Amino acid sequence: MLPNPRLIPMGDRALVIEFGDRLDPELSARIAAAAQHLRASPPPGVLDIVPAYTTLALHYDPAIIGAGDTPYEALIEQIEAWLHAQADVQLPPGRLVEIPVCYGGGLGEDLEEVARQHGLTPEEVATIHASTDYRVYMLGFVPGFAYLGNLDSRIATPRRDTPRPHVPVGSVAIGGDQTGVYPLETPGGWHLVGRTPVRMFTPEAEPPCLLGAGDTVRFVPISRAEFDALSGSRA
Amino acid sequence: MNIRVLKPGVLTTLQDSGRNGYQHYGVPVSGAMDLFSHRVANILVGNPGDEATLEITLQGPRLEFDQDTVIAICGGDLSPTIGGAEVPEGKAVRVRAGSVLDFGACRAGCRAYLAARGGFDVPQVMGSRSTYETAQLGGMHGRALKKDDRLRIGESTGDIYPDLDAKLARSRRAFAFPKWAVNQHIEKLGRTPQVVRIIPGRHWEAFPAKARDALTETEFRIAPDSNRMGFRLDGAAIEPEKPLEILSEAVTFGTIQVPPGGKPIVLMADRQTVGGYPKIAEVASVDLHLLAQLKPGDRLRFELVSLAQAQALWLAREQEIMTIREAIEKHLSE
Repeated sequence: MLPNPRLIPMGDRALVIEFGDRLDPELSARIAAAAQHLRASPPPGVLDIVPAYTTLALHYDPAIIGAGDTPYEALIEQIEAWLHAQADVQLPPGRLVEIPVCYGGGLGEDLEEVARQHGLTPEEVATIHASTDYRVYMLGFVPGFAYLGNLDSRIATPRRDTPRPHVPVGSVAIGGDQTGVYPLETPGGWHLVGRTPVRMFTPEAEPPCLLGAGDTVRFVPISRAEFDALSGSRA
Repeated sequence: MNIRVLKPGVLTTLQDSGRNGYQHYGVPVSGAMDLFSHRVANILVGNPGDEATLEITLQGPRLEFDQDTVIAICGGDLSPTIGGAEVPEGKAVRVRAGSVLDFGACRAGCRAYLAARGGFDVPQVMGSRSTYETAQLGGMHGRALKKDDRLRIGESTGDIYPDLDAKLARSRRAFAFPKWAVNQHIEKLGRTPQVVRIIPGRHWEAFPAKARDALTETEFRIAPDSNRMGFRLDGAAIEPEKPLEILSEAVTFGTIQVPPGGKPIVLMADRQTVGGYPKIAEVASVDLHLLAQLKPGDRLRFELVSLAQAQALWLAREQEIMTIREAIEKHLSE
């Protein structure tokens, strides 16, 4: 049984619903479900619903909420009633999304270095990386970047001393005890272990991102030839 | 109908009120830094919706109009001129075809907003025309204006300022404007230090009294490495009692976060959607437009207000904008 969520203002146009204070898959599932339900029929004036590790934030327009002592008071009254009604709702199972990855070589420049640091072979690192199911806790940093939890501690690797100025799109990387896929070419300090030909972020699509909070990700190893074929068919 | 970019300026981007509804995908809101000036400029040219305006930073562009166009410039005073004659801000201005609009010295604030009747015809991306350069989204191909760009102006119905049309026809000048202007807070832009009201943040209590006092009782300066994503503040170090372990969560426009080292950052329009630093305070929305007009080196100080006060001030601001809209509509219908 999880404790009751706590509502806290974040400035005059947003509030945070705090569901707990520790990283926990069950908590995360509850937050993802709450976000989905709320998004299906958002209270008038709510503009954005943003799940994170232990919280769900609502961005709102006080002028639309109006009424009540203050817009904040009026909104939390609605949200508290809604949370109360939510308490017994069954959690829907999240989606499972498979992401093909070509490990190592020119597409995962740091795979050998990661293997060396852990006394493993590159193949072992790839196998360990691809044999865990990862939970999407939240998206952030750049559009479509998913924070994935539960990386196997055998391959957790501190970030690089010097970040790369340009990490190629689709790079699959390890940073500390996290792993993720770079949806855009950005600077980055994580170790690159492979690359996916799948697009994580497509601005003109609806939804624009392959992953959402609450999804489960499984990396599926593919060969360089398969990577090239999939990259080609995408263009 | 086009505006040709003869010179782009240092950073001129198309912005509207922002990209709402996609933050859970990690897509930043972006939008105008000074939303008040952006909205008033749109109202002045009679755009019914939230059309994109040009956000012009510090050193403005040189723009050539190939057709008579109604524009309005609001916000920072970047010395707009046509043919050497000063173009007034806070007014609708009818510009004659063939005119070249220039910007000069930055005299107050640092961001001007140029609205055109009909808006700028660029595609919406995720419901918004705002430029977000990091992901090359929205606006003019996801980037700032470049030399020789052509900005297409959207369709508009009817001539909302027929008297200006007649005035321009009678005159030999390149532009015409009415006598009236709207109060667009230009006098507040010159305040030194600028006063920005804040509300205690989510981690306010986790900071010792000394740190909270430093935030509210000392002056800060906008650091040189500030941009549309965030303003870094030079001044007293704001340090927590002990390092705070915080799991990343949502942040918002005006969140004041404190990274290790104690140099606060105020998150602005292009902020990321989530962050992992403690949030000592949040800027009251009613003052975000004043903050947005500060440039590196400018001084500011913070003043604490309650959430209820901040929301009352914000609702009053919304009312003020409504009043401006009604006054202009009334004026036009007379």
